[in-house]
Amino acid sequence: MSTEGAALGVRLRERDLTAAPATLNLLESTTPADREQSAALLREVSPGALGGEAPGHVIGITGPPGAGKSTLLSALLHAWREQGRTVAMLAVDPSSRRSGGALLGDRARIDFDAADRGVLIRSTAAGERLGGLAWPTRAAAHALAAAFDVVVIETVGVGQAETEIVDVADTVVVVVQPGGGDALQFLKSGIMEIPDVLVVTKADLGQLATRTRRDLSAALRSLGSRSTPVLAVASLPPPQGVEELIAALEEHRTGTDLAGRRLRARRASALADYTHEHGDRGLRALGGRHAAGALLAEQDPGLDVPALVAALEQGADRSS
Amino acid sequence: MMRTYAGHSTAKASNELYRGNLAKGQTGLSVAFDLPTQTGYDPDDELSRGEVGKVGVPVVHRGDMATLMDGIPLGEMNTSMTINATAAWLLALYIVAAEEQDVAQEQLQGTTQNDIIKEFLARGTYAFPPAPSMRLIADMIAYTVEHVPKWNPINICSYHLQEAGATPVQEIAYAMSNAIAVLDAVRERVAEERMSDVFGRISFFVNAGVRFIEEHAKLRAMSILWEQLGRERYGVSDPRHLRFRYGVQVNSLGLTEAQPENNVQRIVLEALAVTLGRDARARAIQLPAWNEALGLPRPWDQQWSLRIQQVLAYETDILEYPDIFEGSKVMESLVAELLEGARAEMAVVAEHGGAVEAVPYMKGALVDSHRQRIERIESGDLTVVGQNRFVETAVSPLTADAEGGILVVDPAVEAQQIEAVRRWRSERDQTAVDAALSDLARVTGEESSQENLMIPTIAAARAGATTGEWSRTLREVFGSYRAPTGVGEASGVAASEDLRELRDQVAKLKEHLGRRPKILVGKPGLDGHSNGAEQIAVRARDSGMDVVYEGIRLTPAQIAASALQEGVHVIGLSILSGSHRELIPAVMKALGEAGVKAPVVVGGIIPDQDVAALQRAGVAAVYTPKDFDINRIMHDIVKLVSNGNGQVSSPNGAA
Repeated sequence: MSTEGAALGVRLRERDLTAAPATLNLLESTTPADREQSAALLREVSPGALGGEAPGHVIGITGPPGAGKSTLLSALLHAWREQGRTVAMLAVDPSSRRSGGALLGDRARIDFDAADRGVLIRSTAAGERLGGLAWPTRAAAHALAAAFDVVVIETVGVGQAETEIVDVADTVVVVVQPGGGDALQFLKSGIMEIPDVLVVTKADLGQLATRTRRDLSAALRSLGSRSTPVLAVASLPPPQGVEELIAALEEHRTGTDLAGRRLRARRASALADYTHEHGDRGLRALGGRHAAGALLAEQDPGLDVPALVAALEQGADRSS
Repeated sequence: MMRTYAGHSTAKASNELYRGNLAKGQTGLSVAFDLPTQTGYDPDDELSRGEVGKVGVPVVHRGDMATLMDGIPLGEMNTSMTINATAAWLLALYIVAAEEQDVAQEQLQGTTQNDIIKEFLARGTYAFPPAPSMRLIADMIAYTVEHVPKWNPINICSYHLQEAGATPVQEIAYAMSNAIAVLDAVRERVAEERMSDVFGRISFFVNAGVRFIEEHAKLRAMSILWEQLGRERYGVSDPRHLRFRYGVQVNSLGLTEAQPENNVQRIVLEALAVTLGRDARARAIQLPAWNEALGLPRPWDQQWSLRIQQVLAYETDILEYPDIFEGSKVMESLVAELLEGARAEMAVVAEHGGAVEAVPYMKGALVDSHRQRIERIESGDLTVVGQNRFVETAVSPLTADAEGGILVVDPAVEAQQIEAVRRWRSERDQTAVDAALSDLARVTGEESSQENLMIPTIAAARAGATTGEWSRTLREVFGSYRAPTGVGEASGVAASEDLRELRDQVAKLKEHLGRRPKILVGKPGLDGHSNGAEQIAVRARDSGMDVVYEGIRLTPAQIAASALQEGVHVIGLSILSGSHRELIPAVMKALGEAGVKAPVVVGGIIPDQDVAALQRAGVAAVYTPKDFDINRIMHDIVKLVSNGNGQVSSPNGAA
């Protein structure tokens, strides 16, 4: 497989979905040979190689356990497939690693047709690296966005999780269930950044769902955000609000400076990867975080994350 | 009452079997349905593949039920049906079959198992989500109390909980919590003054293990709790209604594949647990066959089990005395200890919001108990004669013949049944069926409706609808559901020397592969016996692997898609229903078509003579209940992945 990186990248660029499983296997690998191939793969799907940003809409969906994310994702998946859109879903499982291993049960909760070649679900365990989404997940999201119409990253949590997801997703959705007070508290106290879309699930619960939705809208207004839509969705049959949610996601994407957001995200990812690899000492070699940012800003906007990391490493070598 | 759990192949073949058993002195019927019937699929459904007529009889419509009960006077018979998710439907078919024999429903006697919570926890033949399932059960109880007064509409099963690893305390606590959930649901559908009758119609189906003194104490504890529950929670005062009525199937979990003849004495001792003391004696006993761990028992094997009961009842003096434990200090203190533990555990379930809400909690607790049991067998802490101790044996004449001493269902049965259901559909009055199903859909959709779901269900049975059609109508309104697997909650094993070595090997393999070894544990088909798969999943995680486990009821296409998309290095499949001959090759074919190159191992009740065929289909290794050392299996898997160099799939994707 280790000679296949560039070829896989080309296939993704040509929107060949069957290249996706092998792509993910490669991106997850840590052997030096595979890392080189990964870089080659990502180069083929960089904005430079694509002649612009990858066409897929990268959507981060996060929320506390039990909020109804899986049911919501099943409903979204069906709706997207009915529109003929292809979907890749990267499910980041929160289960803590014991003895290194992890149980990944997320895909079981998503209801989809196994024979449908337009859907891919991949589960990974969180926790290999603290303070951010695992590198392979971010790289995978970038790569798959070249081939799939929609790329979903599902993570669990309210509070910290979405600050990580914001580095890679075009649109961040926070899902809460009626009566779930955490989101409200986190929003008010500023622990949670304001998401692009807020979803209150289990709208069939009626009163409680309506009140939760109203409280969240009020909290957002008091924080000065008038644009974040708060939607109530019932994913169980008969589904309600799913079409409105899809419309809100579209609206957010079209209303966003996508190229700017992704460029910022790539730079943030590169800085995070570089710091993870070389630590504070690495940052000092560049003259600090601010100087590192300035160095990144000078780079070609068409570069992918590994190329930006390489640029930082060269910069550190020059100044040492 | 004496009966053996039976049924297979077709309604006609099972009818012959029942008539034969009744002629031999059996006093009631116990119907085993096949998995498609239990989970609400017709024989021609994709999910039914390999399962039609396998673990029981397929009953698809009223014609099948009439054939099954042909020549058996339903007005006199006592019929126990092991049916849960689709219990309302099968009772409706039974009522219609009785009508055809000119027997009124008021006369019918028998039991439908109808306990859905244990299906979510242990047995796996659920069809609808928990809340609507409880509505169906409540409606059925409300209906039978009114119209089929001699029927036991529900049999709360602690049997399967013990099979899934429950300790005696867990078995008591979860069964009682389950009963509370059911009774609370019925209370909303019937008049308050009816609750004493409802309470009196509820019976239990318990397990008895080989530690038969403690098991007897467990039954005494359950009677005490039950009476207390009746008096305090439901205001029941009639002593007849307060009696703890239970039937028993003795333990299968403790039966071994190694030296299977030893199972006979285990079964005898377990039967003592439920018969010794009169104050907690079973009303009905079913004994498993000695060779159950090997495959489906033949008539002779079942006869042997029936004879055990007859020797106990007619040769021993067990039935001649009043309660022989009355005044026993040992028994009293054992009972008190179990009561204390059970009450504490019931409080935990109540804190979760009751048994329905506590399904994930209870499932996790059971997987954990089972894990501990297996560790004790592995370490030799728990002796299992012939398996981990005293393993030397002479050649057994019982299992020496070529078929290995088991009944094999003719694979042609499935094709015949598919043909038969299609013929049935083409010959019936379709307009009547459509009207009946649409009325069923209407009542199903009105959640707050006071209309009882049994009414349109019986009408659909009469019109000639099929099991699959009835279930589909309900699924479309209720939605589909996957039960929790419990594996995420299971705590890790204490690191033994052996496990530490295993972790080192997995860590080395990870360096070599470049990413963490990833295993897919899959359960193809309708078989819901997930103990084995769960324990493999938990141990693989504890060895340091990433584990994709999606629970039961997967199609070959789903397994292939998961293997490909997840990029797993190895696939473990588990089947205990005997459908491995059809399903494993089907999965292998689907994997091949998807371009998956990862090696496949299989675990389950696989007779020796089937192993070669599975290997020819491309299976790398086969494990059976005699491979009780899970670390050994993990070592094999690590070696398998190393030797294959971690190849997972063709880089070109689907071939």
